[in-house]
Amino acid sequence: MTTRRRFLQIGLAGAAALLAVDALERAFTVAGRGLGGTLAADDLRVARALAPVVLAGALPSGAPEREAALGRIVAGFARVVARLGPAERRQLTRLLGLLRWPPARLLLAGLWRPLEEAQERDIAVFLQRWRASPFDLLRAAYAALTQLLQAACYDDPESWARIGYPGPPVLDGGPVR
Amino acid sequence: MIADPVREGLARGWRVVDGARLDRDRDLECDVAVIGSGAGGAITAESLAAAGLLVAIVEEGPLASSSEFHMREGEAYGRLYQDGGTRKTADGAISILQGRCVGGSTTVNWTSSFRAPAQTLAYWRGVLGLATMDEGELAPWYERIETRLSIAPWALAPNENNDALRRGCEALGLRWGVIARNVRGCWNLGYCGMGCPTNAKQSMLVTAVPAALERGAILVHRARVERLRIAGERVSACEASGIEASGAAPGPYRIRVRARHYVLAAGAIGSPAILLRSRAPDPYRVTGRRTFLHPTVASIATMPAPVRAWSGAPQSVYCDHFLPSDVAGPAGFKIESAPVHPVLAAITLPGFGEEHAHAMAQLPARQALIALIRDGFHPESPGGRVVLREDGSAALEYPMTPYLWEAARRAWLAMARVQLAAGAREVLAVHEEARGAASWEAARREIEGLPLRPLAARVMSAHVMGGCAMGADPRVCVVDEAGRSHHLANLSVHDASIFPTSLGANPQLTIYALAARMSAGLARALHAPLR
Repeated sequence: MTTRRRFLQIGLAGAAALLAVDALERAFTVAGRGLGGTLAADDLRVARALAPVVLAGALPSGAPEREAALGRIVAGFARVVARLGPAERRQLTRLLGLLRWPPARLLLAGLWRPLEEAQERDIAVFLQRWRASPFDLLRAAYAALTQLLQAACYDDPESWARIGYPGPPVLDGGPVR
Repeated sequence: MIADPVREGLARGWRVVDGARLDRDRDLECDVAVIGSGAGGAITAESLAAAGLLVAIVEEGPLASSSEFHMREGEAYGRLYQDGGTRKTADGAISILQGRCVGGSTTVNWTSSFRAPAQTLAYWRGVLGLATMDEGELAPWYERIETRLSIAPWALAPNENNDALRRGCEALGLRWGVIARNVRGCWNLGYCGMGCPTNAKQSMLVTAVPAALERGAILVHRARVERLRIAGERVSACEASGIEASGAAPGPYRIRVRARHYVLAAGAIGSPAILLRSRAPDPYRVTGRRTFLHPTVASIATMPAPVRAWSGAPQSVYCDHFLPSDVAGPAGFKIESAPVHPVLAAITLPGFGEEHAHAMAQLPARQALIALIRDGFHPESPGGRVVLREDGSAALEYPMTPYLWEAARRAWLAMARVQLAAGAREVLAVHEEARGAASWEAARREIEGLPLRPLAARVMSAHVMGGCAMGADPRVCVVDEAGRSHHLANLSVHDASIFPTSLGANPQLTIYALAARMSAGLARALHAPLR
């Protein structure tokens, strides 16, 4: 159980890390990745590692179906990110980059090892911590990651039967009188 | 087979340029360049084209039409909305649903049509000195638009999502009404937010834009206006970049439009941003200030019987009981219902994992109410500010003040009461820390204990207003009451950015009416032969 004190330390350190990386990235943007902020395969691996936790209870139970659903969801995540404005896309790729960089990951999420190797339980713990964080930056990061994955999941017609949504109607009617 | 008036028009030879398919820079000459094709821009283009002027409309979003409207959320949000449906305030705390396509937000809105509330116009006249914002003077313009767009109170029974609002209001003795909608031959499907697949919605996409194109106007779509060139006290050109086919990034080619007059109608984030990027004269630094959102909070109920809130006209009942005629007191709010589609529900319901999955599993029984808070009438509600990021794109800074949070709490309480009175088994304020409540006592305890802070409460907006306020005083206003710039002789602004406060009602009808009136004046000023 994380104590309140430890929680505040992580939150403060995490926010400080975000700000530091923000400053660094601003300094190196022109030389480095450029302005595009395109998603790298590594970024998608982060999304893939988060998805089973964010979407626990919403995925098919059979292993092959579950793998296929996660593949569609990560692809949907990438599609939504591609539609973001340049500034928002940069913020998101920066966040995913932080979650790939061990020192930042340790400060923000309390995890040294890559997310792909983390226990789902540990991922859920840091998401909950972000959700209730006193820092706007961490709550914003929580909202961005969970909402993008949830949107990708529930745009997938395969998810609709579980929630009782029949899908859009077939247009064989006409105006109502 | 449903006829697609846009494809038919293209086949007839409408003059349309797709900025994503340019193979070279382009130059266009016209009488009036209209930037934006939403409620303000389209009505302006139609009016000026009808007055015999050659109009060029420049729109950032794509020309998409009913054949491509498949009632799929991801596809529609991605193609037809700003930032793929994920537009937010700079701090990420308020989600903004705003169209980015030909027809603007009218292509994707829920069709609710209200005239400006009397108390709003009284405040504009009495406190802000806007003498022409008079109900009597505006009435003929409203009537003309209402006829043009078949705006009438919804004559069918409301869907269950809206009927619950009616029942709750009836049970509690709250004032409620039937919403007027801009539809003709509506199929009552419920997918207005994804682009009307039957062209029943009388959006700008199927009315004023085609009318302008029939009269020879030129439409340039997928072209983002970067800046206006300014020479002395005049605009000399409008410079746009073609957009890449993906829809987000600028492409390699430019379009330059030269005109006698320029009308900004890019919405209340876009229009101030263009002026700021253009370094337009702004001696009192008022451009982009006082931006309003109708900050919107939500309450989701679980009803004992299926609601299927994805089906049927999305908004047909409203409640104005909590919008007092005294606009200057504690913030009032308008209650409406909101459709419940899977993606919209998924990003609105709090939590993740099993908690979220469980909440989603009750989708058919969900009933959703929203409260739109009237902002901008009180010193503690000064609105937000449009600023430019380093890359020149627009960001909206909008702080939720304690004054607005107080209204948010009252709104959650009011919505919970209405939903419980309508028979809800459980009500949930849309807030990361809220839990469902099965009784009024439990709901009140829960809501009164919620911390009021950004990114915990989910706050949304579908109505961006202000930033180029109209009025006589250039120290606080960007344009005069006719929409003409105080500083540039051949520039007007014809969209919701001219509102000096929020409107206190869904704005589309008032944008149409004001744009029609301002355009008639502009046509006279340009000495156009009236047909």
